[in-house]
Amino acid sequence: MKDRSYAAVTGRKTEIIRDAVGMDYSKYEREGIAFDYEALMNDTGYTLEDHIRIQREYNVGNTPVFELHNLTELARKCAAPGKGARIFVKDEASNPAGSFKERRAATSVYHAKKMGYKGVVAATSGNYGAAVASQAAMQGLKCIIVQECYDSKGVGQPEIVEKARKCEALGAEVLQLTVGPELFYETLLMLEDTGYFNASLYSAFGIGGVETLGWELGHQFKERCGKDPDVVVIANAGGGNLTGTARGLRKAGCKAKVVAASVDLTGLSMASDEQFNRKSFTTAHTGFGVPYATDPDHSDMPRSAARPLRYMDRYVTVKQGEVFYITEALANLEGMEKGPAGNTSLAAAFSLAQEMDRDQIIVAQETEYTGAGKHLQPQLAFARKNGIELLFGDPKDEIPGKNIIFPARPSLLKARDMDLDHLRRSLIKRQTRGLDHALTDAEIAYLMEETNASEAFVRAALKELGV
Amino acid sequence: MAKKNDYVRIHRNILLPEERTGKLPEDTKNVPLEMWVKGYLQDESAAIGDTVTVKTAVGRLETGRLIEERPCYTLNYGEYVPEILQIDRTLRGVLFEGEEA
Repeated sequence: MKDRSYAAVTGRKTEIIRDAVGMDYSKYEREGIAFDYEALMNDTGYTLEDHIRIQREYNVGNTPVFELHNLTELARKCAAPGKGARIFVKDEASNPAGSFKERRAATSVYHAKKMGYKGVVAATSGNYGAAVASQAAMQGLKCIIVQECYDSKGVGQPEIVEKARKCEALGAEVLQLTVGPELFYETLLMLEDTGYFNASLYSAFGIGGVETLGWELGHQFKERCGKDPDVVVIANAGGGNLTGTARGLRKAGCKAKVVAASVDLTGLSMASDEQFNRKSFTTAHTGFGVPYATDPDHSDMPRSAARPLRYMDRYVTVKQGEVFYITEALANLEGMEKGPAGNTSLAAAFSLAQEMDRDQIIVAQETEYTGAGKHLQPQLAFARKNGIELLFGDPKDEIPGKNIIFPARPSLLKARDMDLDHLRRSLIKRQTRGLDHALTDAEIAYLMEETNASEAFVRAALKELGV
Repeated sequence: MAKKNDYVRIHRNILLPEERTGKLPEDTKNVPLEMWVKGYLQDESAAIGDTVTVKTAVGRLETGRLIEERPCYTLNYGEYVPEILQIDRTLRGVLFEGEEA
């Protein structure tokens, strides 16, 4: 019997992941810090057309786009004269398990089955669990979802408890853990014990699957409006939604600007037991968005296929109170009860639309299902029970873990810019940490791709770091 | 008292505080990493608190302390939150009644 201690299992990580993905990532490594990202993305054996075919076969995608007339009108009332772009949303909640994540799951599960794996394992507390469980059910594989769900008092985040219920409803086994990054250790143990496929959120299968979202959007707007949207806003956590959608938009020839949006949870530790239930958003927040953008390879894969800094033109944050506010607006003014976390991009779009002209188009590229636990009412009741103050005022004053501030007036809902250059420098710093040689031209070129920045920018950042 | 093949929920500590990784905040490091899972009881009979084995949805065997028989979901929509209705009034006031945005 193999040693099941933490040190021994994590020490076997490379072999366990290799066996559980069936891909050897070492062949994508290039000179020094560089690796060949496009080779990884192209090497899955699935083209965009294949992803579309698989998704059609398993009832994923082809989701409708809705124009939000009342939210657009409200934004125009908040904006300067002549301003206020048309706001659209892509209703990803209409996927079988209720979110865009099913695009990410479909090909992974399909590939696992093709390769002869009997089941799939995914480490996720979010919609991805339901998506994998749904696809596993449809495609006839077994499924284990490992989630971080409770604090040490045994109190579960209502949204995550609902995800567990949904996964179980779809036939999966759900392992619910308390707070801590050692969730990865338990996931490795499950992979090793069962010999199942690692349906990682960060695999090339998963991110390739999200390309269909961007591709559909591009074509839907050409057909419906005769032009590209001007801006597509994408919620950013692990970076896969943004990476896949942006790649798909490009493949559709769509020239829209890509804006990332995250809920601002600055100051809260994602690994803290005490702070776990003091946040009302369990995804699409800066606690994932910033570390994964600046250090994509700290995921459960040797190299992550989600590399959002390569694709984002702008990165904004919104406050918890603002996303709850727009969630209620979507229900009360548009008749669509969705989210809340899936409305992060819509909250940002409502604000960004006010900077744009009236004939321009902005799209929030997702919605998600809602239900008991996973809805603003139970989330807000839970927050209040945990000592979080609910206030009306200017959301810029919101302090994560202490209060939630709803905009007193809709014009106070504001997307706030993050310093993208700061994130780029942070990525360069992480990727060159401990390096004992000057970077080669190939490594510089790699960092330019990673940060979507000029050679001058990369060289200046390296000089600042003394590399 | 649960009998064999009853659907139950069990609990087990995966890592004790001293076995947890070094990079954690103190509050997390001071508590065990705990796990809950559901399955069909494999023991002939067991009472709450007994260490038992269950067969999970995928057919794996897991051991742990029996904590719940016939586990059910108790999630709901939470207590009344008056702020939500306040948001609705403001939104409709601005959009339809000419109130200040």
